[in-house]
Amino acid sequence: MKVVLRTPEREERELKGPKRVRQVLEELGIVPEGVIVARGEELLTLDDEVTDGDTIEVISAVSGGRA
Amino acid sequence: MKCRVCGKKAAVEVRRQGQAFCSEHYLEWFERQVERAIRRHRMLNEHDRVLVAVSGGKDSIALWEVLHRLGYATTGLHIQLGIDAYSQRALKATRAYAQNRGLPLIVVDLKEAYRLAIPELAELTRRRACSVCGLTKRYVMNRVAVEEGFDVVATGHNLDDEASVLLGNVLHWQTDALVRQGPVLPAKTKLAKRVKPLYLLTEREILAYTLLRRLPYQHEECPFAAGAKSLLYKEALNKLESAMPGTKQAFLEQYLKKIEPILKEGLPAGEIELKACERCGYPTTGEVCAFCKTWDHAYRWARKRAVLPDETRFEPKPALAFYAKTAADGG
Repeated sequence: MKVVLRTPEREERELKGPKRVRQVLEELGIVPEGVIVARGEELLTLDDEVTDGDTIEVISAVSGGRA
Repeated sequence: MKCRVCGKKAAVEVRRQGQAFCSEHYLEWFERQVERAIRRHRMLNEHDRVLVAVSGGKDSIALWEVLHRLGYATTGLHIQLGIDAYSQRALKATRAYAQNRGLPLIVVDLKEAYRLAIPELAELTRRRACSVCGLTKRYVMNRVAVEEGFDVVATGHNLDDEASVLLGNVLHWQTDALVRQGPVLPAKTKLAKRVKPLYLLTEREILAYTLLRRLPYQHEECPFAAGAKSLLYKEALNKLESAMPGTKQAFLEQYLKKIEPILKEGLPAGEIELKACERCGYPTTGEVCAFCKTWDHAYRWARKRAVLPDETRFEPKPALAFYAKTAADGG
């Protein structure tokens, strides 16, 4: 499967499926609380399964300094 | 995982509440949370004119959307910071949203209003960009709200922002800053009321809302945020949250409920008296406010280095540009 990281710089990784979203994040060393995972316009939860043909996006929710 | 309301496949899990929702019911849940926070803390009245501080990022765009959907009379305020293409893209996202919803937007371009942008201000004053940026944004937000007759300023501060500020203040025992933390800062003479309707929603929940509503927002991070301590605190809190859902909310809410009142009692009696700044007339604890001091300092160096002509003097009143101002707003 193709994993597009937007954390926030764009980066692409290739991982073997099938896997739960939780495992994908673990493998990439990403803390689940800081991201949303999407397959196209569908948002995925940690127990959703992704397979070899899928492209998923991992989008960072964390932003920096603020007034 | 199933939606707790309708049993369909869940799109978003709210682990801190042990719940999950499909897209439709998540949007309902999210908007209800904001509505509850507004009511619980009496943040807004039905007929208030609300100035929404909009950077173009997910938090402020989501805030504007929810307030608009709840029926409040909102106007956006975007401060153009002049941080190269990043700021241009922030303005583009903000204007796209305002135009799409037909909402009025005020833009203050720092370079046009004050002749210097944030990178130059930071360089000339030898201070961190985030520090002079925060100071300038707070001043401009307040001044626009007071002079344009808004009842309240709403900002997109979220649970992660508030919990990470609290962690930073606790780690250094900043008691003066600790007692100023809270979702509502009341109005005083020439100080507009400030509210944070998203203060109990996490960044992740806000991002999910923004994506599900398909709102235009700026995803990229400010180039000056790299290495900011707030990001380190947020990462640490997110690690705790992943292992112990509900940690961030308990940390902030229990502080506000149990500790802040005790801290306030322990402080010397009476509030610090606010005076009018000799330069601009806005409230300050000293003779000249921090905003005027900082910009006067920058102007002195700008004149010395011939960045600005010799005769240039700093004028604190910002020039405003109005976009899509509606008849109801008097434009």
